[in-house]
Amino acid sequence: MSLAISIALLVGAGVYLVLQRGMIRIILGFILLTHGVNLLIIAAGGVARREAPFFGGDTSGAADALPQAFVLTAIVIAFAITVVLATFAAVGRRDDDTEPSSRVDARLGGAQPRRGSR
Amino acid sequence: MAILEVLMPLFVGAPILVGGALLAVPRHHRIRQVFGMGSLIAMLVGAMLLVAATADGTVLAHQVALWPGGIAIPFVADTFSSLVLTVTAILATVCFQYMIASGEARSPSIASLVLILAGGVAGALLTADLFNLFVFIEVMLLPSYGLLVILSRRGEMGGARLYVTVNLLASTLFLAGVGLIYAVQGTVNLAELAGAGDDPATAVATAVCLSAIAVKAAVFPVHGWLARTYTATSPAVTALFSGLHTKVAIYIIYRIYSVVFEGEATWLIIILVITSLSMVVGVMGAMGESTMRSVLVFHMVSQIGYILIGVGLFTQLGLTAGIFYLLHHMIVKASLFLSTGAIEQTYGTGQLDQLGGLRTREPLITVAFAVAALSLAGLPPFSGFVAKFSLILASIEAGAVAVGVVAVVVSLFTLLSMLKIWASVFNGKRSADVERYAAEGRVRERENLLDDEHVDERIVADEAALAIEHNEPPRGATTTEDDPHGHRGTRIPFALALPSLILAAITVSLGLGAEFLLGLSAQAAAGLLDTAAYVSAVLGR
Repeated sequence: MSLAISIALLVGAGVYLVLQRGMIRIILGFILLTHGVNLLIIAAGGVARREAPFFGGDTSGAADALPQAFVLTAIVIAFAITVVLATFAAVGRRDDDTEPSSRVDARLGGAQPRRGSR
Repeated sequence: MAILEVLMPLFVGAPILVGGALLAVPRHHRIRQVFGMGSLIAMLVGAMLLVAATADGTVLAHQVALWPGGIAIPFVADTFSSLVLTVTAILATVCFQYMIASGEARSPSIASLVLILAGGVAGALLTADLFNLFVFIEVMLLPSYGLLVILSRRGEMGGARLYVTVNLLASTLFLAGVGLIYAVQGTVNLAELAGAGDDPATAVATAVCLSAIAVKAAVFPVHGWLARTYTATSPAVTALFSGLHTKVAIYIIYRIYSVVFEGEATWLIIILVITSLSMVVGVMGAMGESTMRSVLVFHMVSQIGYILIGVGLFTQLGLTAGIFYLLHHMIVKASLFLSTGAIEQTYGTGQLDQLGGLRTREPLITVAFAVAALSLAGLPPFSGFVAKFSLILASIEAGAVAVGVVAVVVSLFTLLSMLKIWASVFNGKRSADVERYAAEGRVRERENLLDDEHVDERIVADEAALAIEHNEPPRGATTTEDDPHGHRGTRIPFALALPSLILAAITVSLGLGAEFLLGLSAQAAAGLLDTAAYVSAVLGR
């Protein structure tokens, strides 16, 4: 049950953050979201009926290795994409926005600062 | 054919390795271009061999490292995946040729990124394991993010950010679906999941995967990201993405629905409703756009609807027509993006109201565009006619007359929006500013300025004057035609027009010799209707 609650909290917070406009918040949201999904995959291995494999020499109750391998791969991929996302937040103009600047100008009435290095 | 089976993982491994190695020669763009082109052509040849080997319905499978089936990482090629792989290889080759011609391939990482993208696409097409599918989709997306930004001339990052965000969200959702499938079935091997869609829990878990893939395929109602991201980059990248990304997603929808659900008739009505709405909404969006590329991008949504009719009908004729449509569409759409891209890059603008009168000025591009546009609208003798006609026949045969009617009506609007591009870009009066826009584009490229950065008007005026002075009118130029600069000035180089011409030639030959590809598509459709051969090949028993 604690696993299900953790997944729900992570995904809920992740979705909330992804729906924000700033790129940094979206990145943080995706970090939470992928953690939630990783826990979901771990849960798919049937954690409740697993036992530690060390005592008594009986390994039939050991954890399912496949979801763990999935999660390991997914963590690496999510990490790589987080780096790409962070790069996209940093390059371009010094803004942190996911809206085209014409709309932002209309709404905020301010000129955008010029772009930094690209 | 045993040797071909063993070599199948090379479709993924070789391009990625070569791509990585090419990063080591950042100063030699010729070496990168030669090796990049060589690898893509080798991939194309390999894919054609796969088609030849699977044309009779044989399914080739290889268990990596010879682990027993069900445990090993499986690579499978049947007629369907070989056909799609061949067309993706053609597109990657032609688009890379365009990038070489436009000078974009000189940038240090482009050849590597294109190769890794091609490797990822091959992996997604050949794998029979849902988790590996997720990995390969990521492998093809990561270089795409690079291509999108590096070749973009846009100052604002909105499009690129949106693209990463949408794709990451869809991938995360897909991964969650894979986890759910594993939770219910204890396996993510497609062959072991064959027919598992009868179980409600598995059906729901698979539906999560399919919804995620639908986002990537840009099906209505999750198509909104497409028009805002595909226009934010270079035309060559748009052509490459249009042929590879959304079409791989469609391939996956065909594959998963046929294997896991075995074409379960209960849900087909949902697919048909969604495809009909996609067709209508896409073409309506295209009618309202004001640049060449955004018109074409909205068309993709509409055409994706057409392609998915095949899986929505799930009859032999329907699947055959859908697969034929998919292959035809990949080629035609890339041809259109490349011909309008050549105009956009040479004349410095893709705005419909800033161009005009290219019909007599650029005969090659005009031919390429006209052929591809008529093919897209579905006129004989091009491949689009065969594709649409068989699709409409299939809908009527399956009793879905309404879908057939929508398809016919949408075709008319497709033709109308193609005429819109024709009327304002190829017909009409040449704009007096045509040389200024073209010169501005060249100056921006030379000085590495983005589209919203300030350009010195005098430099642009000098550049325009220089082009008018130096570029002689071609011998056949009609002096009676109204031209602001007496036919002198900027022209599209032949190398830039060639890629779209090649693809236009393919659509003509597929239209005239449709029997050949229809036969292969029918074989591919048979493989989707009866998945027994696929399943036993993947499981190795």
